Amino acid sequence: MRTLRFLLRKEFLQIFRDRLMVLQMIIMPLFQLLLLASAATFEVKSAKMYVVDRDHSSASRGLISRLQAGGRFVLAGASSSMSVADEEMLGRRAAVIVSIPADFERDLVRTHMAQVQLVMNAEDGATAGVTQSYAAQIIASYAREIGVSIAPAVREGPSIEVRSRGLYNAELNYRDYMVPGILVQLVTVVGTLLTAMNIVREKELGTLDQLSVTPLGTGVFIAAKLIPLWLIALLELSLGLLVARFVFHIPMRGNLLIVFGAAGLYLIAALGIGLFVSTLASTQQQAMFVTFFIVMIYLLMSGMFTPVRSMPVWAQWMAQLNPLKHFIEIMRAVLLKGAGVTDVLRPLAAISAFGAVVLTLAVRQYGRRIA
Amino acid sequence: MNRGALRAFVVKELRHILRDRQTLTILLLMPLVQVILFGFALRSDVRNVRVAFVDPAPDYATVALEARFRETTRFVVVSSGRTMSVVEPLFRRGDADVAVVFEPGFAEHLRGAEPARVLLVVDASDPNTGTVMQNYARAVIASYEQELPAPKGALRIATQTRMRFNPTLESVNLFVPGLIALVLTLVSALMTAISLSREKERGTMEVLLVSPLRPVQIIVGKVLPYLALAFANVVTALLAAWLVFHVPFRGSVLLLLAESIVYALVSLALGVLIAARTTSQRAAMLGAMLGTMLPSTLLSGMIFPIASMPGWLQPVTNVIPARWFIIIARGIMLKGVGLPNLWRETLILCAMAVVLMAASVRSFKPRLAS
Amino acid sequence: MTTELAIDAHDLTRTFGSFTAVDHITFDVRAGEVFGFLGANGAGKTTAIKMLVGLLAPSGGQAMVAGFDVRTQRDQIKRAIGYMSQRFSLYGDLTVRENIQLYGGIYGLADAVIAERTTQLLETLGLADRAKDLVRTLPLGWKQKLALSVALLHEPKIVFLDEPTGGVDPVTRRQFWELIYAAAARGTTVFVTTHYMDEAEYCDRISIMVDGKMAALGTPAELKAQYGVSSVDEVFVRLARGAKAVA
Repeated sequence: MRTLRFLLRKEFLQIFRDRLMVLQMIIMPLFQLLLLASAATFEVKSAKMYVVDRDHSSASRGLISRLQAGGRFVLAGASSSMSVADEEMLGRRAAVIVSIPADFERDLVRTHMAQVQLVMNAEDGATAGVTQSYAAQIIASYAREIGVSIAPAVREGPSIEVRSRGLYNAELNYRDYMVPGILVQLVTVVGTLLTAMNIVREKELGTLDQLSVTPLGTGVFIAAKLIPLWLIALLELSLGLLVARFVFHIPMRGNLLIVFGAAGLYLIAALGIGLFVSTLASTQQQAMFVTFFIVMIYLLMSGMFTPVRSMPVWAQWMAQLNPLKHFIEIMRAVLLKGAGVTDVLRPLAAISAFGAVVLTLAVRQYGRRIA
Repeated sequence: MNRGALRAFVVKELRHILRDRQTLTILLLMPLVQVILFGFALRSDVRNVRVAFVDPAPDYATVALEARFRETTRFVVVSSGRTMSVVEPLFRRGDADVAVVFEPGFAEHLRGAEPARVLLVVDASDPNTGTVMQNYARAVIASYEQELPAPKGALRIATQTRMRFNPTLESVNLFVPGLIALVLTLVSALMTAISLSREKERGTMEVLLVSPLRPVQIIVGKVLPYLALAFANVVTALLAAWLVFHVPFRGSVLLLLAESIVYALVSLALGVLIAARTTSQRAAMLGAMLGTMLPSTLLSGMIFPIASMPGWLQPVTNVIPARWFIIIARGIMLKGVGLPNLWRETLILCAMAVVLMAASVRSFKPRLAS
Repeated sequence: MTTELAIDAHDLTRTFGSFTAVDHITFDVRAGEVFGFLGANGAGKTTAIKMLVGLLAPSGGQAMVAGFDVRTQRDQIKRAIGYMSQRFSLYGDLTVRENIQLYGGIYGLADAVIAERTTQLLETLGLADRAKDLVRTLPLGWKQKLALSVALLHEPKIVFLDEPTGGVDPVTRRQFWELIYAAAARGTTVFVTTHYMDEAEYCDRISIMVDGKMAALGTPAELKAQYGVSSVDEVFVRLARGAKAVA
């Protein structure tokens, strides 16, 4: 449509003449990407371990050195007093306390069974669970190793050998897992926030009224507002993917076209939300706050930080209505697992449905301004 | 003489804030909603692990082991078949987390001399979750092995674990200190920066300059209402967390409030600095985001543990005020420690407050004058 | 003598909750005339104009603008009118030329027509050498003149001007009114609101709104005679005395 052409020209001129906007669209997200990708990890490197060894036997000493052997646990100190250990933990000088009781070796030899107590500092988050897993694994394999020397008269009996293989993330690199989600978040913030603020700015300045008096159709106006930001957000996604590939070496095992297709659909939803917000806010500050509020909720419930599967059932249902969740899922599936279109049909459908609904609602809400 | 003017000014500011119902609602709702989400919905432990079985030659042992998995509440069985080919698409689609692959002749090996082998294939996209899931699976297998008749004389070392400071690993307990920091930063830094720069932009700042108020008083007058607002917010969030979710509060409330004031002053000073150095409201918004909100959420240890960050980044986090506040808040709330343990962090925050406040007053004066 | 009516309003009303901004006003504007819509700040002028141009829906009453109903035929009205709002509402971050071209396109003018009228406009306003400057760099008076010209660009039947000369120096105000007369001479109906009572003398007919009601309607001469005063300003003061105190 001819009018659309005129409006698009105006939008692009305005966007690129606005230095702040360019900063917000390109520099800030890239900066955020670099920062986030570096900082966003829940990886547990090495934990400071404090030992309370009341046995002082070769078995207990063997256990302690085995724990340190892999580098996952670093000895921060040892004593025979639990209260000293506790002080160390309170002072954040120890993350784990390994407490070995007095009859450790004797129990092992006599009953083939002994206990060890682990006290984890659960202050810092999910890392406590992971650290515990590592400790448990090391202790279990230690038990198998010394079984040969302590109980050499091994009777024949059943045993199960468990091997394990981790898929999609050979180096157990947290970054590979987080970066797809980060990219989604950036594109969302830019798309939704800038759309909302852009339209509200016209409201604030009064230029919106001027346009409303013209025969300009609502549809054309909205299209002109959404199309440039849609394109720019896609451009940003491409830049982000480039950075992800060449700076952070994130694997890209699947077809990137799927990613872009999903992004195109997803952005319609994201921009639609921005449009909706613009009908609610009358100042740019309000637009910013409302957008952050909504995006924050979506982000928290998207599975980016905590797994959706662990949420209660009602929350998981809500997550189905969350386009961010679906898009992050698609990104992770395609980039890390090499998924194809058929594998991500469900989330794609969900995103499309959401986009259609939001856009319709937003357009309708927009048309209601006059009354 | 000037005190009356200052008071009138503060009242005006308060009216401004209270009139913007929308922003106010969001500000009050935000921490509440976050507390609710974290309390009810967000969990960092791993549940509902979806397991698929691949059993080329089912026998009594594999069936029994499978039944074990079914019995647990941690695992949800999504598929049970003979070949891996079914499982791969399940992983790609995100419908399965763990696959338990039995070798043929499992039961036979159990009876015989060789160990019976089982392979765990785990979706390790999220490495932490992958590790935990693997551990859960191993535990189930190990408990089955325990109960086999006449087990090998293998040694078992049982580990008894205690999660200190947060026995149930409730994520809300962990998040509330971070939430307080977030709210304080949002109101004290971001909103102050926007409000000050708006007055600059509209030109009403010049009117203030001509008034009997001194620049310091203008800043104080601007800043006081936001401090009060930040406080109201923090108290609301804490009350919600305590009443609804019984988040522990093991230390001194007064100490936490006092430390919050110090942190708020740091953020306020940053907000003023940003407003002084930017020329438009939008630029101030951007600056406040980049300079206060982003670093506070990403680099403070609020969400991502500092110990996990790359080596070069960890020293950088030392300049982020929120980092020290989080340690203090977590210490007071979760561990019940007081100043004796936290004096170092408190000192750092106080020093930051003094330096930044001096800098902000100084930078605002010449700006206002120009 | 029946002349064609550009605007025909009966009992036009607008309420906001319990507050009545525009209270059953009835008036008409004849085609080709310069009509002054006067009143103090807060009397309801801007609300009334917004109803006439389709920015607000009336709460009661009816009005016809350019022969179309304001409730049901808004699209047709929009094509037939031009509007200049109280706040400057062209795009400060676009150039003079870009603003003109944008509105030309929105009103569906052909490229050739746009080009021709742009050149004409720039000449008339004396902005030819500033065509490529961003509008926000223009002084206020020039901005206002530009906004008026853009409102007239598509040669509408009626042009609505809401306080067009606010904050502008007297020389610019005169130039502005010269532009208004030029438009009227071409047959455009000009509906202008203002609180400058001296500008009322320039209009063919005027109306004065007080507290949302139409308190006076007629030519300046008629009203001056009616109240026995020598200026419209004094007419207004007489009427406003009876007005409720504005909060």
